[in-house]
Amino acid sequence: MIKQLSVFLENKTGRINEVCKVLAANNISMQAFSMAESADFGILRLIVDKKHEAVEVLRQHNFAVMLTDVVGIACPHVAGSLSRVLECLASHDVFIEYMYAFASGEVANNIIRTNDNERCEQILRDNNYCVLSSNDL
Amino acid sequence: MSRDEMHQLQSNRLRRLVSLVYHNVPFYRAKMQQLDLLPDDIRSIDDIVKLPFTTKQDLRDNYPFGLRAAAPADVIRVHASTGTTGSPTIVPYTRRDLSVWSEVVSRSLTAYGVTRDDVFSVSYGYGLFTGGLGAHYGVENLGATVIPASTGNTEKHLRLIHDLKITGIACTPSYALYLAETMAKLGMTKDDIYLRVGAFGAEPWTENMRHEIEERLGLKAYNIYGLSEIMGPGVSYECEGQNGSHINEDHFYPEIINPDTLQPQPVGTQGELVFTTLTKEGMPLLRYRTKDLCALQPGSCPCGRTSVRMGRIMGRSDDMLIIRGINVFPSQVESVILTMPELEPQYMLVVDRQGNLDTLQVQVEVRRDYFSDDMGRMLQMKKQLGERLKNVISINADIRLMEPNSIQRSEGKSKHVIDKRKLE
Repeated sequence: MIKQLSVFLENKTGRINEVCKVLAANNISMQAFSMAESADFGILRLIVDKKHEAVEVLRQHNFAVMLTDVVGIACPHVAGSLSRVLECLASHDVFIEYMYAFASGEVANNIIRTNDNERCEQILRDNNYCVLSSNDL
Repeated sequence: MSRDEMHQLQSNRLRRLVSLVYHNVPFYRAKMQQLDLLPDDIRSIDDIVKLPFTTKQDLRDNYPFGLRAAAPADVIRVHASTGTTGSPTIVPYTRRDLSVWSEVVSRSLTAYGVTRDDVFSVSYGYGLFTGGLGAHYGVENLGATVIPASTGNTEKHLRLIHDLKITGIACTPSYALYLAETMAKLGMTKDDIYLRVGAFGAEPWTENMRHEIEERLGLKAYNIYGLSEIMGPGVSYECEGQNGSHINEDHFYPEIINPDTLQPQPVGTQGELVFTTLTKEGMPLLRYRTKDLCALQPGSCPCGRTSVRMGRIMGRSDDMLIIRGINVFPSQVESVILTMPELEPQYMLVVDRQGNLDTLQVQVEVRRDYFSDDMGRMLQMKKQLGERLKNVISINADIRLMEPNSIQRSEGKSKHVIDKRKLE
């Protein structure tokens, strides 16, 4: 299971960069991130190399931050491959709360938050999909 | 009435009042005994400074009927105050109290130039709040036609204002402006209606609002002041001079004190307004601290009335806010926030006036280690706080979730309110 950092942010110019600066100052590298927003606040979700250290330094800087379990899956970077994954999950009644993806070269990595991450990983493994761990990113 | 006659009348009534509460209200007897005071020690109104004060907390501590001086069977109506923490304030009235109340409201209306030929809409809320029924009986007592419109359904109300040729209205000043806006939306102007006089109160308002109301509704706008603990609307009223409100001081004796030292202040000095109900039977109060800050005005009034006038209310000596006519204490908001573990009890209330309606924004900090990664849950949390607040303070607040430590902390007594409304 991959641990994702979720950071609560007010909608204010420069706030995302405040997070980036804290991480940079502590030599923490980001592998992926996504921003969910509402009218007056947002949730920044990011995958970093040193997650526990990241939580600590962000809290020291008064950010509301927590670790969340998410499922990582790598699939071929070709048309239709994500659709097959999602169809598999839907057929097993796994509900996706949110997801984001990043593709490079021949591989597309997807981060998925579902209503039951453990079962989701098991289903993906049973169907021979490539489930990612923190070390794979 | 000359000042000497008023002094005599007030002295007589105070003596009777002190004897009444000493013998009928254990709370006051105990307080006077603590001060080594007997009813006979109070000989004239000048001795009032010897008497103990009464606070809102005393009313709460004696909930519901601990301060009642009349026999239960003699109480014919009960009102309760709006939006307070803990117990509401219960005010029992005897038949004579209601008659005095009608009389003081009628006096106010007469000062505004209302006569029995007027058709008068009472657009304060009817119910436990004193505004609706208080104004209603005053209009009836005067002999004008009362239209008990209450609040809400503004378009229908406007239609009645037009069709029934309503000439007078009693409501909050913000509702008057809302009426004007609705009129504009319906393509009506002041020339389509017959309003000529308005009695506005129950919330602080400004000279600018007065001008705007007068301009847009085509009427003369007068202040009416009151508070449920003392009676309700009609404690004081403006005359045609619109310069200070005449206090019905034969029934409600005013003093201005320094809220810190509790010492009486000379006429003309700002301080906390204190009232003694000289003729009340249901729940008479000695030196009730209103927490409203204002000054009594020296000198006689060009209108010929000899009763003392009070200036505009300049603020509160506690942290109570009046938002859309509803009393709100920051502590109420705090107690609601404390029911939600995801939130820090760090908050700021930002009160503003947009258009002509008071707005309340509640900024509250999310806890560092206890927020949800789920946007739906976060929005639900916002909604839940909004609903819980609405239950407690009866106001739809705009909730803003803030980052930890983003709300300014202050040394000592923390500051929880930013009031951007201009009340000059």
